[in-house]
Amino acid sequence: MTTARSRGLAGCHECGMVSRLPEAHGHYTCRRCGTALHFRKPNSLSRTWALLIASFILYVPANLLPITHTTSLGHTQSDTIMSGVLYFISHGDWPLALVIFTASVAVPFMKLVILTYLLISVQRGSTHRYRDRTRLYRITELVGRWSMVDVFVVTVLVALVQLGALANINAGWGAVYFGAVVVATMFAAESFDPRLIWEPLDNPHESAS
Amino acid sequence: MLTAGAKGTADGAIERPAPASSLPPALAACHECDQLNDVPALPPNGAARCCRCGGLLYRNPANCIEKSLALTLAAAFLFVVANVFPFMAFGTGANMVHTTLASGVVSLWQEGMVLLSILVFVTSILAPAIQIAGLLYVLYPLNAGRYPTGAEPIYRLVIGLGPWSMMEVFLLGILVSIVKLISMAEIIPGVALWAFGLLIITLAWANSTMEPRVIWMRVEELREAQRA
Ligand SMILES: [Zn+2]
Ligand SMILES: [Zn+2]
Repeated sequence: MTTARSRGLAGCHECGMVSRLPEAHGHYTCRRCGTALHFRKPNSLSRTWALLIASFILYVPANLLPITHTTSLGHTQSDTIMSGVLYFISHGDWPLALVIFTASVAVPFMKLVILTYLLISVQRGSTHRYRDRTRLYRITELVGRWSMVDVFVVTVLVALVQLGALANINAGWGAVYFGAVVVATMFAAESFDPRLIWEPLDNPHESAS
Repeated sequence: MLTAGAKGTADGAIERPAPASSLPPALAACHECDQLNDVPALPPNGAARCCRCGGLLYRNPANCIEKSLALTLAAAFLFVVANVFPFMAFGTGANMVHTTLASGVVSLWQEGMVLLSILVFVTSILAPAIQIAGLLYVLYPLNAGRYPTGAEPIYRLVIGLGPWSMMEVFLLGILVSIVKLISMAEIIPGVALWAFGLLIITLAWANSTMEPRVIWMRVEELREAQRA
């Protein structure tokens, strides 16, 4: 197996062009599209850890604080992410309960778990299941954005339900933290370099950098 | 010659100019495992995958630039309709609340949820708008055989904004909200809602015909031709 780095080459992330980097730590840009070229994403592990830890911290208020306050005929009710799911279940609306549960509870949590697992496995120089771990990363990158659905639901509800005394919906701070979790995990996934997964295979005598 | 730490352009690997339909053979480094792949000429609608991890290296959608331009033009039209016309009305009898797509952003801002308002504005309006405008700026001249000045940073921005452009997620949010509200009061869908739905379909279609590698190769080809 030949990797680009072992030949002193790096593929451009934007346009795919393969270029020769004369020095490992020089600053080079792609001749075709002008993107900065690196053998690996700079400081991938520490940046991903930092964003991941921030996501874990934000995840707590995102789930505990209410995302909406509904005022109806003088009575105010506060809903969290989980109570939104329970609302659909209590109304027998299982398909929608499943959509909301998947997008706003399962996906963010799985994303945190998968990224943590990938980081630890890379740091320990794991030599198992390279392909499956790469696939896990690919899935994390693809599905992360769908967690934003709850933020958009809050937005639409706040815009539409302004019926004075009859019914009024306001956004709660849980929605802000939830949005922050989505943004932080998206940046975390972006800063992780999946090529690190394969490094024990590329140079069996070195540990992962 | 390049020296260590110098800011400069790296030496390019050998790649021949592209004929109209097939992509020429090329050396490709996998984004996901760094494997070097010797990719043979890629026929129209072909896709090249990494021999080690199976990741997609690149595709060759037939008539990539022409189709992408047509779909982006359609998307631009639908985007304007979706943002200008009434989106949804909600309420009972005389007490109807009429909204546009941006109403939620305004309401959140007025409530003091500034960060949330900005996040929704960027992901549902600003990023898609920049993407569509940037694509038109790059693709229109490319299709006519001219080099668009400044295409490189603009197209890089278009690609970089990809993950932050979440209109299809917004559409799911709208559908969920409708189900939540339908028992509460009357909902009247506006023109913008239908335009928004069509926009999502157009964008998904555009995504399947757009291959950054093909567009970049064309940009480079026309840039070199202009210089010569
Ligand atoms: Zn490039
Ligand atoms: Zn690969």
